[in-house]
Amino acid sequence: MLPESHVAEHFANIQVQRQAARLGMWTFLATEILLFGGLFAAYAEYRSLFHEAFLLGARHLDAIMAAVETVVLITGSFAVVMALHYAKSSRAGMARLCLLAAAATGFVFLALHGVEYFHHFKEGALPGKYYSFAELRVTGISLFFALYFLMTGLHSLHVLVGAGVLVWLARRALSGQFSGQHYHPVELGGLYWHLVDLIWIFLFPLLYLV
Amino acid sequence: MSPSAAEAIFPEHHYLNAGTTARSWLLTTDHKRIGLMYMIAVLVSLLLGGIFALLLRFEHLTPGPTYIDAITYNRLFTLHGVIMVWFFLIPSIPSIFGNFFIPIMVGAKDVAFPRLNLASFYIYMFGAAFTLWGMIHGGADTGWTFYTPYSTTTTTVVIPILLGIFILGFSTILTGINFIVTIHTMRGPGLTWMRLPLFVWAIYGTSIIQVLATPVLGLTLLLIAVEHAFGFGLFDPARGGDPILFQHLFWFYSHPAVYIMILPAMGVISETVSAAARKNIFGYRAVAYSSLGIAFVGFFTWGHHMFVAGQSVFDAGAFGVLSMFVGIFTSIKVFTWVGTLYRGAIRFTTPFAYICGFLYFLVFGGMTGIAVATVSLDVHWHDTYFVVAHFHFIMVGAALMGFLAALHYWFPKMFGRLYHEGWGLVAATLIILGFNATFIPQFLLGNMGMPRRYYNYPERFQTLHVASTAGSTLLFFGFVIIFIYLALALKYGRVAGRNPWGSRGFEWDTPSPPPTHNFEQLPVFTHGPHEYQEVPEVSRVA
Repeated sequence: MLPESHVAEHFANIQVQRQAARLGMWTFLATEILLFGGLFAAYAEYRSLFHEAFLLGARHLDAIMAAVETVVLITGSFAVVMALHYAKSSRAGMARLCLLAAAATGFVFLALHGVEYFHHFKEGALPGKYYSFAELRVTGISLFFALYFLMTGLHSLHVLVGAGVLVWLARRALSGQFSGQHYHPVELGGLYWHLVDLIWIFLFPLLYLV
Repeated sequence: MSPSAAEAIFPEHHYLNAGTTARSWLLTTDHKRIGLMYMIAVLVSLLLGGIFALLLRFEHLTPGPTYIDAITYNRLFTLHGVIMVWFFLIPSIPSIFGNFFIPIMVGAKDVAFPRLNLASFYIYMFGAAFTLWGMIHGGADTGWTFYTPYSTTTTTVVIPILLGIFILGFSTILTGINFIVTIHTMRGPGLTWMRLPLFVWAIYGTSIIQVLATPVLGLTLLLIAVEHAFGFGLFDPARGGDPILFQHLFWFYSHPAVYIMILPAMGVISETVSAAARKNIFGYRAVAYSSLGIAFVGFFTWGHHMFVAGQSVFDAGAFGVLSMFVGIFTSIKVFTWVGTLYRGAIRFTTPFAYICGFLYFLVFGGMTGIAVATVSLDVHWHDTYFVVAHFHFIMVGAALMGFLAALHYWFPKMFGRLYHEGWGLVAATLIILGFNATFIPQFLLGNMGMPRRYYNYPERFQTLHVASTAGSTLLFFGFVIIFIYLALALKYGRVAGRNPWGSRGFEWDTPSPPPTHNFEQLPVFTHGPHEYQEVPEVSRVA
């Protein structure tokens, strides 16, 4: 049996509480997808309007760097899965290590993206009226960069939040709060992290490759 | 089944006196107290939005300037729209009555995430504070729709108002998630989906819309704010941007939002109509599924706001036809309500007066909705008072009737006391007449060519404008009367007892007002919520 403290008073039992938390998280993830959905819609429209600009823009972005970032994020997702595994088998130290590793991949991702942003700032490949990159002058190119910054910016914000959540979970893991009976905070945090990952899996080809 | 006076006892311990300090209210996680705090906030919003509406109507007493200038007029109608849509209509029924009654109806002690529930209230207040700050510093003049490119170039204070609504969106989303999870996971023993009260079904449909549509609005408003602040050119034709894209994104939320307003009202009517007629609801499944049908189809009709905005003729036709599907689901509901009333033992109480008002506004507003969904007709009516009158009939008139029906039907449960029935009927009459007197002239004005949001108008329209203003004054007095007799009833009203309506709804099985954890003992559900016929007990052997 589980210590009473894990079950909130208004739930009948731990199963109901767990099911509620899981459903709540999945519903929240649906809202996140819809949040990005608006930007994907904008991308679809402007890509069809300014096909050439989007091709040239994508070619100008650093696909190798983005590939590295992708690998980093996927490694993070793997670490989260392992953290869940260790949390379930009550190995607090390993769970904490994996959670911290996953959070670290998030920060590495942000740093790499920062390098990319810095590069674009320097050359003037910026959204809207700030666009001043002389080598690439074609109608709609500033829109491409507007979308690039908005989409990756919003995603990076999510990476930051997700990494914060992972660090918080790592702290809780160390104080031995998770066990084979009580691991769903790790599961829920992990779900969020996977979504952040998944959004990048769509952003990467759309912005850098096609 | 009707309770005798001897039964009407006011419980000694209940959620209202469970703690009397300010802290016990402000930091409560009790869904009933949160519902009440929402009620205060939402009613203040209604008052504010109503005052703005009256100021607008009085300006229209004479053509040309009456007592305010054009820019003030523009700011007033923007704030009227923003406040009424986002701070009154959208949170009204779900956040007040949904919060209060969903857990009780499903037999739970609270919503699934009580702390998130409290957070959503404070997020609402924070968003409201932002918007208020923007209003005090001048307010925006874009209309509540924030159409680009005007909204990205106006010099009025548009950003705080956009951010206020953006923040408010999180409150809507959290409330929606809470309800979905509560309804899925916390139903009491014996409460199958097909035994859920129809109000719960309606709130379930509403929550789905809230959760799926609101993020798109959030993003869209954020993009407008970014455009206004930095000029990324996303909606700026000079940089290749497309203003129509904004309209698509905006209406992808804002059309379903109409169903966020009307679906809960439909749920209230399903509850009250069965209690008023003292009869089983006619076609339970049809009502339940049509709520989901409206929630679903509502997502595919947004293009009917853009018939003259440059979308293709094919798209316009498709959106027109899709919009009419909403009419089908709505009429299924109307027929089942009327079928429920047919040969019922109707008592003409205040909630029943609002049921009648609701049916009238829904059918009239709905039929004009079918009319404006017809592309060829809409070209003439687009952006005129006809559209204004149409959407006020349906999303204000009908939603308001639902809100007031809920307020009067559940007031005895929430506060344990009865209001004065006679004054209730007087106020209902005033409000229904006043609403008609306000907006029927506007239908006529719109058909004659009066464009919406115009400060000035030709002299021949004056009679109808004056009639409309007179109607809005009547409407206002109706609300004043409601406020007075409800406030008096809080202290001096007769004790209501557990079930003053003799309703079969689950919420009436618990004391009025309910105890902190809703029940004296957790309920076990053995019948549906609208079953008035006693089941013949033939199978029971003595």
